[in-house]
Amino acid sequence: MNSKRKGRSSRALDILIIILAVLPILACIVLKVLTNPASEGINISGPLIYFHIHMPIQDLYITESQINSLAVVISVFWLCIYLTRGLKTRPDKKRQIVAEWIVEKVDGLVKNNMGSYFKNFPPFIAAIMALSAFSSLLSLAGLFPPTSDLNVVGGWAILVFILITHYKMKCGPWQYAKSFASPVALAPLNVISEVATPISMAFRHYGNVLSGSVVSVLIGAALQGLSAKLFSWLPGALSGVPFLRIGLPAVLSIYFDVFSGCLQAFIFAMLTMLYVANGFPEELYFKRKEKKNNKNNNKVKVR
Amino acid sequence: MELAIGIILGACALGAGMAMIAGIGPGIGEGNAVAKACEAIGRQPESKSSVTTTMLMGCAIAETTGLYALVIAILLIFVAPSRLVNILVETMKNV
Repeated sequence: MNSKRKGRSSRALDILIIILAVLPILACIVLKVLTNPASEGINISGPLIYFHIHMPIQDLYITESQINSLAVVISVFWLCIYLTRGLKTRPDKKRQIVAEWIVEKVDGLVKNNMGSYFKNFPPFIAAIMALSAFSSLLSLAGLFPPTSDLNVVGGWAILVFILITHYKMKCGPWQYAKSFASPVALAPLNVISEVATPISMAFRHYGNVLSGSVVSVLIGAALQGLSAKLFSWLPGALSGVPFLRIGLPAVLSIYFDVFSGCLQAFIFAMLTMLYVANGFPEELYFKRKEKKNNKNNNKVKVR
Repeated sequence: MELAIGIILGACALGAGMAMIAGIGPGIGEGNAVAKACEAIGRQPESKSSVTTTMLMGCAIAETTGLYALVIAILLIFVAPSRLVNILVETMKNV
C-alpha cells in the first residue's frame, strides 16, 4: 500500500517535471503569437524585438533569440532532472539507461579526442551539444531557432576562443607568444588564423541553420503558390486551402531541421574539443611539471 | 532617384548571385571527401564509424568557404539594399 502510494506520487512528480520542461516553450509560442505581426507571402526576417530597455550608452534590446535560448536552457535543465531522478545501481527504468548512454557516449568522445588530461571536460561538451541541438530543433515548434542568429553563436564561439587561449597559456604567456612565431616570417598569418577560428566556427553553425530555414521558407511559399494555381477551380473555401503545403515540407524538414541541426551541434562540440586539445602544449607542460616535482622532492630530501 | 534605387537593388541581387558561385568549390571538395570515405569503408568495413566521423568533420570544414559566401549573399540581399538606399536618400537631402 505504502509503495503503491509512493509510486503514484513519484509518477505525479514526473508529470510535473515534464510539464515544467514543456512550459517555457509553450510560453515562447504564446509570446510569438501575441506579438508577431500578421504577414503574407515570403517572410524571411531576423529575430523579433520583444521590448527594449533604455540604457545610458546603448538601448538594450531583448530579442526573440535571447528569450528562446533561455527557454531552451530551462527545458534542458528540467529534462536532465527528469532523466536522472531515482537512479539505482541496477537500472529498472528506460530513462536511466538513456541517461547512462548519453554520459557514456560523451565520456568516450572526450577520451578519444582529447586525451586523459581533459577528463573533467564531458559536462561542458555535453552542455554545448544539448544547447545547440535543442536550439536548432526549436524550429520544429515553429519558433525562431536561436542558432540562426549570429549573435548567439558568436557568443559561444568567443567562449570557446577564451577556453582555447586559456589552455594555450598553460605554459606561461611567453610560450604562448612564441607559439605564433614558429616560422618567424609567418607570424602575422598565424595571428590571423588564430582570430579566424572563432569567426569560422560561428559562421559555420549560423550559416548552416539559417540556410536550412531560408530554403524551407522558400519551398513553403513555392508550394503555396503552386497549389493556389492548381486548385483554384475547387468550389468555395476549398480553393484557398494550400493542399500541397500539407505534409510535403515536413519531409524536407527532416533534413534541414533535424539532421542538419544535430550534425551542426556535433560538429561544434567536436571542433571545440579538437581546438582545445591541439592548443594545449601537452609535452612541455608535463615536462615542466615533472621538473617542478623533482625539485620539490629534492628540497624535502635535503631537509 | 528611382533609377539610382533600381541600380542599387539590381546590383545587390547580382552580387549575391555572383557570391554564390563559391558554392562550386565546397561541392566538389565534399564530393571528393565522400568518395574517398566510401572507398575506405569498402576496403575496411570495420573502420566505418571512425571514417564516418572523420568524413563529417572534414566536410564541415570544407563547407566553410561556401558558408562565407552564403553569409555575404544573405547580407547583400537582406541588409545591404535598405542601408544603401537610406544613405542615398540622406545624401540627396543634403544636396
